[in-house]
Order: sequence, then C-alpha cells, then structure tokens
Amino acid sequence: MILIPCPECGPRDEVEFHYGGQAHVAHPEDPYALTDEEWGRFLFYRENPKGLFAERWVHASGCRTWFNVVRDTATYRIAAVYRLGDPRPVLTGGTP
Amino acid sequence: MAPLAGAPTQALPEHPEFLWRNPEPKKSYDVVIVGAGGHGLATAYYLAKNHGITNVAVLERGWLAGGNMARNTAIIRSNYLWDESAAIYEHSLKLWEGLPDELEYDFLFSQRGVMNLAHTLGDVRESVRRVSANRLNGIDAEWLDPKQVKELCPIINIGDDIRYPVMGATYQPRAGIAKHDHVAWAFARKADEYGIDLIQNCEVTGFVKEGDRVVGVETNRGTINAGRVGLCAAGHSSVLATLAGVELPVQSHPLQALVSELHLPVHPTVVMSNHVHVYVSQAHKGELVMGAGVDGYTGYGQRGGFHVIEKQMAAAVELFPIFARAHLLRTWGGIVDVTMDASPIMDRTPVDDLFVNCGWGTGGFKATPGSGWAFAHTIATGAPHPLNAPFSLDRFTTGALIDEHGAAGVAH
Repeated sequence: MILIPCPECGPRDEVEFHYGGQAHVAHPEDPYALTDEEWGRFLFYRENPKGLFAERWVHASGCRTWFNVVRDTATYRIAAVYRLGDPRPVLTGGTP
Repeated sequence: MAPLAGAPTQALPEHPEFLWRNPEPKKSYDVVIVGAGGHGLATAYYLAKNHGITNVAVLERGWLAGGNMARNTAIIRSNYLWDESAAIYEHSLKLWEGLPDELEYDFLFSQRGVMNLAHTLGDVRESVRRVSANRLNGIDAEWLDPKQVKELCPIINIGDDIRYPVMGATYQPRAGIAKHDHVAWAFARKADEYGIDLIQNCEVTGFVKEGDRVVGVETNRGTINAGRVGLCAAGHSSVLATLAGVELPVQSHPLQALVSELHLPVHPTVVMSNHVHVYVSQAHKGELVMGAGVDGYTGYGQRGGFHVIEKQMAAAVELFPIFARAHLLRTWGGIVDVTMDASPIMDRTPVDDLFVNCGWGTGGFKATPGSGWAFAHTIATGAPHPLNAPFSLDRFTTGALIDEHGAAGVAH
C-alpha cells in the first residue's frame, strides 16, 4: 500500500488516487505527419523500468488534481512529487 | 465448514526418482532460452521433441519455475472470444490432454470444468456471444442459467438480494486445473532427458551482438554463445529486452492470489467472475485457491496492494457465503506483463536471432504447452507458426490487435 503525498492535500492512501501512466508523453503536434510506426509507438509503447519512473496520478477521491510522481517501481518508494508542466527533477539512486 | 487439518482430499503423486541434472554452462549452444518457467521449459522440450534441437540451455536467474509458475492459480481453459486466441489456447488444451502420458508424469490434470459468471445484462450478452464463438471454433461451451450454475457448484449463492446476482454463466467442461509445480518439473525432466542443460542461478546481464544479430548472452557465470536466443521472462521481459536494445509494448503489474487452509471437498469446479472479480477453485489437497486483480500501476513488487485482496474477498464471500469462515493461509503476487490488447507477443524481434515470448499477462499458465510448442517452432524455423503469427510485434503498428480484455478473465 502506497502513501501518496498529494501536492494539495498531503499524504493520502493510494485508494484515493487513480493512475495515469507514464508522465511527459506529449500528444503529437501534427498526428497526420506521423508514420504508422510512429503513431503505434505513441499509442502503445511506454517505458516499463524496474526502478525510477515518472508517472501521473490524480487525487480522484480528494481535490481531483493531476500531478506527477517519480516512484521506484521495485521498492515503491516515492522519490519526488511535482506539478504538471514542471520538468522531471534530476534524481539519482533507486533500483538499478 | 470445518477445516480438516492434515486430511488431504487427494494425496500428491510421488515424484520420479530423478528429475534433472545441474550442469555447468557450456561455452556455446545452438539455442539459449532465458527463463526457466513453464513457457521456457516447454519451449526447450518442444525444440527437442518436434525439431530435434537438443544443444539447448535454459538459463534461470533464480531457481527453476520459481517465478510466475509458482505464483498462479493453475486454471486451464480455452474459451477465448477471437479466432486467433481460441486457436492457440485450444491447441494448448489439446496438448494438455495428452501431456501426463507424454511426459510420463502425473501432474493432476483435472478437467473439472470452468464457469465464467455473468452478473449484468451486458455480461449475459457478451457471454452468450462467446459461447457461440467458441462453438464455431469447435471448442466445448455451454450457456447455463442460474439453476444450472447451482447444480454444478452447490455452494454458490444465486440469490437475487446481492448487489450483482448471478444471471448465468458460460461453461467449458473440458477446462480445469493442474498442479503447476509438477507441470514445470515434468517438462524439466523430459528436457533434461533430451540432454538440454537447465542452468539455475544464472542471470542474464546483457547480450552479445554482432551488428544487428545476437550471438550470445552475458551472464553472472560468464559469456555464453548462442546461435539463437529466446526470451521467456514473463514480467521481466521488457527489462531484459531493453538490454538487447529492443523495446516491448508491455507494462508490468503485480497480480495477486491466495489460498485458504485445507478443507473437505466443497467446490467441485472452477468459478470465475470478471464483473465482481474473483476466481476460485479447490486444490487437490483441499485449499481454496483464489485469484484477484492486478495493481492499477506499474510495479515489480511481488506482493501487491492490500485493497485488491480486500475487494476480491468481498466478492468471494458474497458469491460463496460459507467462505466467510475460512482462514487465509498464504497470499502471493506474480509480476505479469500486460499488453494493450491483453494478448501475448510471440515473434522475432528487430534484432536478428533474438526471439521474444511475452505479454501473456494474467493468463499464461493455461498456455504453457501451446506457447512452448509455437515458440519452439518460431525459434527452430526462424518464422512464426500460423498459430502464433497473429501475435506479432507489428500488430501495434498495423492495428491488427486481438482485443481479448473480455475473455482474458482478469480486470486490467
């Protein structure tokens, strides 16, 4: 069970949140310019690291704010929480 | 329901006197399989049996069959919706039916039938459609009304005063369960008999490449050269493939299950419910084996969130009120790699002579023989068999997806 520090509400149990997958995946500016392969990669390919991972969460049962989290997918330790639009913080450590 | 400590409902069979050697890795093999779980061992067995390729090593970073093969709910069925899935899972089920004799190993394959319950009008329509689709594919399938469900599994609650009453079920009589550990050992023993090296405590840390071709693997026990390499690493497939410079469209999640203490025989079949999400069978020894869903987020922690178990238990007790008195004995989580269409990937990769078998998600156990059979063909011939050709990597480019979220059985 993960204790997630919502930037608006503070630490809350994970059951209050919904997961939004990998962070910093931008919608293609001109989808018509993409090849089938590029479009497939945008739709279906996401990083799946065993270690630090930047991902999106929404505090669905609370303030309903979307935000970004850097979490270690092996230990579930949360290394950083930051607002949408902010750059991913540079972190070291985590499961290699 | 009184627990009956120490009184197994069916004793486990004796093992053969000899199972497999523990050889040192040789410098070179024709084929190296990474991952000695069910799929890896079955692939090695069929490489030898069907294709005469015996200069093979199966590398395992931990111990043989200690990953998802030791962490599943042992359910076998082939009642999938789409033709492509029905074909590969039914091929697998037919292999299962001959395997105890073929492998000369009693792994308690029990065709006790599987019911998939329907709880809403949408469920009913989807289920009846699936029964028809199964029959068109020559797969045994029936639609049961609630009374027939109760006849097959008397402990189930078909009352209409629960939130999601049972409105019927699909039923596949030839489906069932097997003793998962014994299945792995059976394949391992036969692979060993063919001279295949099963090498435990051998972690692959990298790949040796010449240009776009893989020619070996780096391991914690040195470099091993290989003519061809097949990846069968389940939840860690993408971690491994990344080392070879190959990206895979899979996401890893913990999938949880649990068992109760031993009970007298009360549950004669297998019951699955997608909608309220629980699946239950009673193991040969008498434990109630129950499966839950996956955690909603990416994770490699082999235990999973408690709230997932809590939700599953609520569903189990509503469907089977007598379970309220059962005690939990053990819970566990396996790491499953899930694709966007809930169907596996069995294919070549952009790296020559590197093959991948992954993405079985929450339902790999039932596919063990069929997966090994088809993957062995792919490795031996360098091209997929018609049975696994649809499960290609390029379907994520062409859009020819095989959307099995409905029949895959686990909420994800």
